[in-house]
This record gives sequence, structure tokens and C-alpha cells, in this order.
Amino acid sequence: MQPFLITAEPLEPAPLVAYVTTPEDGAVVTFAGVARNHFGGRPTAWLYYEAYAEMAVPVLAQLADEAKSRWKVGHIAVHHRVGKLTIGETAVLVVVAAPHRHEAFEAAEYIMDRIKAIAPIWKQEHWADGDVEWRE
Amino acid sequence: MITVRVRFFAGHRDIVGQAEQTYEVADHATVAELWQTLVTTYPRLVGYTGRLLFAVNQTFVEPSAQLHQDDEVAFIPPVSGGTEDANAAVPYYC
Repeated sequence: MQPFLITAEPLEPAPLVAYVTTPEDGAVVTFAGVARNHFGGRPTAWLYYEAYAEMAVPVLAQLADEAKSRWKVGHIAVHHRVGKLTIGETAVLVVVAAPHRHEAFEAAEYIMDRIKAIAPIWKQEHWADGDVEWRE
Repeated sequence: MITVRVRFFAGHRDIVGQAEQTYEVADHATVAELWQTLVTTYPRLVGYTGRLLFAVNQTFVEPSAQLHQDDEVAFIPPVSGGTEDANAAVPYYC
């Protein structure tokens, strides 16, 4: 299992949870970012994600290192989907293990915020009315 | 002169019409100077000035970074819809 991955295949949390879980860690937080049917009150038909994969994978690893330097956490795995996503499909999984839940929740939220800020991954909104727009 | 490869993504690729181009630039040219060249060639890119991340060989760099032969340069448009609080954490918007 690669802990950091950009993939066109559907995302499944179970392998990531298995990867991060150790006897030392009593908390495993799984965050799933899911394709939503609206943005700013406007209906969305589907989403398209594109990544600069050769750079995005090391950036995801870097963000996990940042989280590890800020909180006492164990293993971390982050997978991001690319390509066409229908509503309800998972776009990103952030899975963090820690001895205690507080650190796991905080680290997962931090990694997600940083992904949205700097990971070279882009979302294109395909609106229900037929318009197409990069979210940038 | 040196030759560098430029990758375009998302809205940039739509404007440029290509995913990748090769550019000849002066020795010691900076990433910021290359961006200015691109904006001159593709004026619609100007709206991105000031809210870009720059990368060379898959690593974030500052705009003053100097280019070298065969570098892979990426001008990274704002990502995933952006966030309100992104700027504080990110040092390299230029």
C-alpha cells in the first residue's frame, strides 16, 4: 500500500486504515472529501480532478511530515482521486493514526487545509446547466 | 541561453492550449522573468499574477529562483477552489 497516491481508480478507506493502524495508536481518523451536488447554491452535475502527479505525491508526503512535526501522531496516508467523479464519489482520503483522538483529528484537518492550499491538484466544476469552470 | 520545459495545468492549459512547451531563456533567468514572458505571449494569464505558486523540478521555489538547463518549470494556478486562510501558511505566492 502506497501511503501517498494520486489515482484515477475509486478510493477505498479500508486499506489506508489498515496501513496506519498500529498497537501504539488508539485513534484512527478517516476524512473523506466527497463530490457534492452544489457549490455556492449552484447545482453541480459532476466534477473533474486533475493533478501534477509527479509533484503532488511528494507534496502529500511533505504535508504529512508537517503534521507529524506539529502533533504526536503515528502513520498517515493520503490518497487523492483524479479524473471524472460523479456526485457521491470520494475525491480525497486523509487517514491519521495517533495515540489519542485529539491529535488525530487536528492533524487530519490540518493536512486537508494544506492540500487545498498548496497541493497541485485542481477541481473542475461541471455545472448542471452545462457550464464548465476550474475552481481557482 | 538555456532551455527549460514548462508544464501547464487547469486554467493555464486552457489559455495556452498546450500541456507543455519548451522555452529558451537567458542564462540565470529567474522563474518570475519566465512568467512575465508567458504573460506577454498569453495576455489572459495576467489575471493569475500575484496568486501563483512556482515550482522547479517538482519543488516549490521562490520567484527569484534561477533557472538551469533542462529544468521542468510549473506555474501552479490556485488549487481546489482555494481557501480563505491559505495565504498565511503559504510563503511562495508571487
